[in-house]
Amino acid sequence: MNWFINGEFKDPKAGLLGDSGDKMWFKCWDEISNLSFKIHHQYYQFIGSKKVCKSWWRKLLFSWIIGWTLASVSIFCYMSSLATEKRKETLSSMCDERARMLQDQFNVSMNHIQAMSILISTFHHGKTPSAIDQETFARYTEQTAFERPLTSGVAYAVRVLHSEREQFERQQGWTIKRMYTLEPSRIQEEYAPVIFAQDIVSHVVSLDMLSGKEDRENVLIARRSGKGVLTAPFRLLKTNRLGVILTFAVYKRDLPSNATPNERIQATDGYLGGVFDIESLVEKLLHQLSSKQTILVNVFDTSNQSYPISMYGSNASNDGLEHVSHLNFGDPFRKHEMRCRFKQKPPWPWVAITTSIFILVIALLVGHIFHATVNRIAKVEDDCHKMMELKKQAEAADIAKSQFLATVSHEIRTPMNGVLGMLDMLMDTNLDVTQLDYVRTAQASGKALVALINEVLDQAKIESGKLELEEVQFDLRAVLDDVLSLFSGKSQDKGVELAVYISDRVPEMLIGDPGRFRQIITNLMGNSIKFTEKGHILVTVHLVEEVIDSIEVETEASSKNTLSGFPVADRRQSWKGFRTFGQEEPVHPFSDSINLIVSVEDTGLGIPSEAQPRVFTPFMQVDPSISRTHGGTGIGLSISKCLVGLMNGEIGFVSIPKIGSTFTFTAVFASCSSSSKEYKSQQINSQSNTVSSEFHGMRALVMDPRPVRAKVSRYHIQRLGIHVEVISDWKQGLSIINKGDSAIHMVLIEQEVWDRDLNCSDLFINKLEKIGHGTPPKVLLLSNSVNSSSGNVTTGACDLSIVSKPLRASMLAASLQRAMGIGSKGNPRNGELPSMSLRNLLLGRKILIVDDNNVNLKVAAGALKKYGADVVSATRGSEAIDLLTPPHQFDACFMDIQMPEMDGFEATRRIRDMEHNINNRIQFGELSVDAYNNVSNWHVPILAMTADVIQATHEQCQRCGMDGYVSKPFEAEQLYREVLRFFQ
Amino acid sequence: MGLVQLQRQLVDYRTSLYDEGFLDEQFTQLQELQDENNPDFVVEVVSLFFEDSERLLNELSKALEQQIIDFKRMDARVHQLKGSSSSIGAQRVRQLCIVFRNYCEAQNREGCQKCLQQVKHEYSIVKTKLESMFQLEQQILNAGGSIPV
Repeated sequence: MNWFINGEFKDPKAGLLGDSGDKMWFKCWDEISNLSFKIHHQYYQFIGSKKVCKSWWRKLLFSWIIGWTLASVSIFCYMSSLATEKRKETLSSMCDERARMLQDQFNVSMNHIQAMSILISTFHHGKTPSAIDQETFARYTEQTAFERPLTSGVAYAVRVLHSEREQFERQQGWTIKRMYTLEPSRIQEEYAPVIFAQDIVSHVVSLDMLSGKEDRENVLIARRSGKGVLTAPFRLLKTNRLGVILTFAVYKRDLPSNATPNERIQATDGYLGGVFDIESLVEKLLHQLSSKQTILVNVFDTSNQSYPISMYGSNASNDGLEHVSHLNFGDPFRKHEMRCRFKQKPPWPWVAITTSIFILVIALLVGHIFHATVNRIAKVEDDCHKMMELKKQAEAADIAKSQFLATVSHEIRTPMNGVLGMLDMLMDTNLDVTQLDYVRTAQASGKALVALINEVLDQAKIESGKLELEEVQFDLRAVLDDVLSLFSGKSQDKGVELAVYISDRVPEMLIGDPGRFRQIITNLMGNSIKFTEKGHILVTVHLVEEVIDSIEVETEASSKNTLSGFPVADRRQSWKGFRTFGQEEPVHPFSDSINLIVSVEDTGLGIPSEAQPRVFTPFMQVDPSISRTHGGTGIGLSISKCLVGLMNGEIGFVSIPKIGSTFTFTAVFASCSSSSKEYKSQQINSQSNTVSSEFHGMRALVMDPRPVRAKVSRYHIQRLGIHVEVISDWKQGLSIINKGDSAIHMVLIEQEVWDRDLNCSDLFINKLEKIGHGTPPKVLLLSNSVNSSSGNVTTGACDLSIVSKPLRASMLAASLQRAMGIGSKGNPRNGELPSMSLRNLLLGRKILIVDDNNVNLKVAAGALKKYGADVVSATRGSEAIDLLTPPHQFDACFMDIQMPEMDGFEATRRIRDMEHNINNRIQFGELSVDAYNNVSNWHVPILAMTADVIQATHEQCQRCGMDGYVSKPFEAEQLYREVLRFFQ
Repeated sequence: MGLVQLQRQLVDYRTSLYDEGFLDEQFTQLQELQDENNPDFVVEVVSLFFEDSERLLNELSKALEQQIIDFKRMDARVHQLKGSSSSIGAQRVRQLCIVFRNYCEAQNREGCQKCLQQVKHEYSIVKTKLESMFQLEQQILNAGGSIPV
């Protein structure tokens, strides 16, 4: 810090800043605020542009430091100049005070001497004989000396002309003597011998005042001007101290104030002189004043400007501060002045030093903070860039992964299509109901596998936000039946009971995306079945309003009262966090929207609590060993969450290890009754519709002590149009049957009840047979066991039909049909539907097939011909264009995509252009409609034939004007679906 | 030889073709397309396949003898071969074609040459097998029997 302080003192600017101090403060403040504004501005720019200008920051920092250093220097200068100023003022006021006092005291003495001159003129010259002699004068002056503290002595000399000398000498008794030599005075024109003197100066009596050079001048001036006159300071005879003599003239008579010098000289009687001891005088004065130590006082006679004569004080030179005060001793011919200085050098301006250093330190600190911040930002920016780089790499890896998955899935899909095709064909053969169900299950499983592959592709789509939901009409119950049948094999293997319950208030048909809904359910159930070894899996579907309103749902959650009797996780916990339930008005504002809440409850392993937070994270599994023991990709739940989100719903779960998990989600669908829009109805295997009519109006008893299970059974049986009563034991059952108000057609008994007491059941059967209301009710066993599901099994003594669980409309209907012996032959077989319908659709249609490969062409033509179509083949795109130039007779065109010369896309694009052109011209009347078979809007359906059924191709198909695509080789169901859109 | 014996022989022979992987389910589908209206459908398609394949194989051999090989054109031909072989269900040929196409994409001359030899080899095997199967069928028909499904 030394450099700084030293530097301060040498600063040449110091003096300049004194006056403009205030202005400077404002300027400084402006500068600071400007600077800070700039910094902010720059900061935002910096953030905004991201392009770091490091050197700019360096400059700013540098100038900041320089600026503040200068600022603190100037502050220091300003403050120290203030201090100096103050010091100067103090000095001048002290000096002036001293000068004034000195002057006053001097004047007092002078006045007294003047008074004395009047005394002398009155009593010495005015009286004859004189009233004053030497003795009187000495005594008087001695006694009045306190009145003249500054005079050391007073003497009176009388004017004696040479003519009067002798008489005067005689009269006085001494001769007039010269000064210094004390010899008798030489002959002069006139003399001024001292006749009276104070005792202290009695040695001057008889000395001629006109003989001393200085005294003579004094006397002459005094009598001429009539005022007190001072000599230059000189050493006093006795004390050897500096002194001055004041001389007054005494006149014979009163003179007018405007008397001429000559008149004054003529009127002169004598001269009164007083010796002033200036040195002691000043000393005495200073003693009276305080703070005499702090300043040095010098008094000078400056009558001669170039040679001031020191009257008091040492000559120790001090180049520091000095103040000069003028003294007026009443003598117009002499000038005196007082010079004052401080004894000490000025003290260090500590306040200024500390203030400026303090400011500088703060500025440096702020600079340091800026510097650190800038460095930090730069570092963060760098890190950010690195992160971006890494992110890009990661994303590239992710894309590579997705591509790999897509390729692999594609490769799996091809053989899977073979499997599915064969199953399709198997369904065409003559199968009994059970076989048909197996085939259907196999097919459904195969489709689920394809769906799983699609799922992997979905994940990619969802991640890129490209997934959109369909809006079609669908039957929720059929969808759940499908899912159930998908898992039935597995659940039977494991001995896990599988059940679905859908509340009556859920409408039959909904509008939404059944595929995606099914996907969610499949995911959740798939997980459940994976981790459940015993107990049950229960899917329940309610309306949200129902769940909120009804207490029924809540009471059934008590731990014992579950489907299989195993405790479950309380499903209410799983929807605790849902927004829907937090709202005051849970019902969706649109009246035609249906809020569903779906729970999947299992009694499986449960999710360890540490793994629960990441359940919905993609590719996260409880631990890696899970995928080895249970398989699965770990993306199902994350996809489900996304899908639920797309359906405006929420998903949540509750899980207790070793007890089970319950997943619940909500989804918003549109109700189809109130919607005026035309939705394309989805083709579904709605077995329930085909069979429900034959059981309509029948009555059934369900014997089951467990309410939840009974409720599920009742739900399924009621779907067939059967009226159901639930009873809990044998007795109750018998009493109802005996009442016989209306015929009971069937009794469904839970296997658990049956097995518990075989005797009782035998008894029950016997009793039933004895009842005489027409035909006795059929007894069916509701069984979860796979062994007994094959058909009639002898249990105990009698034949019973077995209905194997999981209950679902088709299976239940088939079992009942078998048991009741109705309509099993007359039922149309489901699998015939596509191929028969295809035949109907395609019969007589003229179809153009374009493929460069002769073999493929022949095979495709053969396939279409089999369905009755009239097939024309072409091997080139250009040929197809010629053939499809309107007017033509073709109903559709199947076009291979990969062809040499002109590929399918290009050919289609040209055909569309051509059609567009012709349509336009017909519209504007340039061409007559008659020439074009009275068709004014030409658009031949073109379907792509491709072995690569990947998304990109599909989109490309649509982009270039194709209406759809079919896989090669043809798959009956897909072909049907695609062709259906045009031929109805 | 008795008719029944011939029929059994045909069934066995056909099964062996499936088991050894020469044919796949596509061939079955092909057979299903054959009916009274179109009695020689399979033979027609298969002979078309033979013609086509022989032409393609010749072209491929020629192309590979050239100094500068137009791999893109070769790829298109192999694609055709793959398409037709998959249409009739000659799955070994089809699989070799997939490998072949990879070599074409990689512009690997040696790989292509090796593949072409293999394809030719597989092709001749499947041709012989199919021809003998057709002969067998012809014999059955000549003997007044019907072809078992």
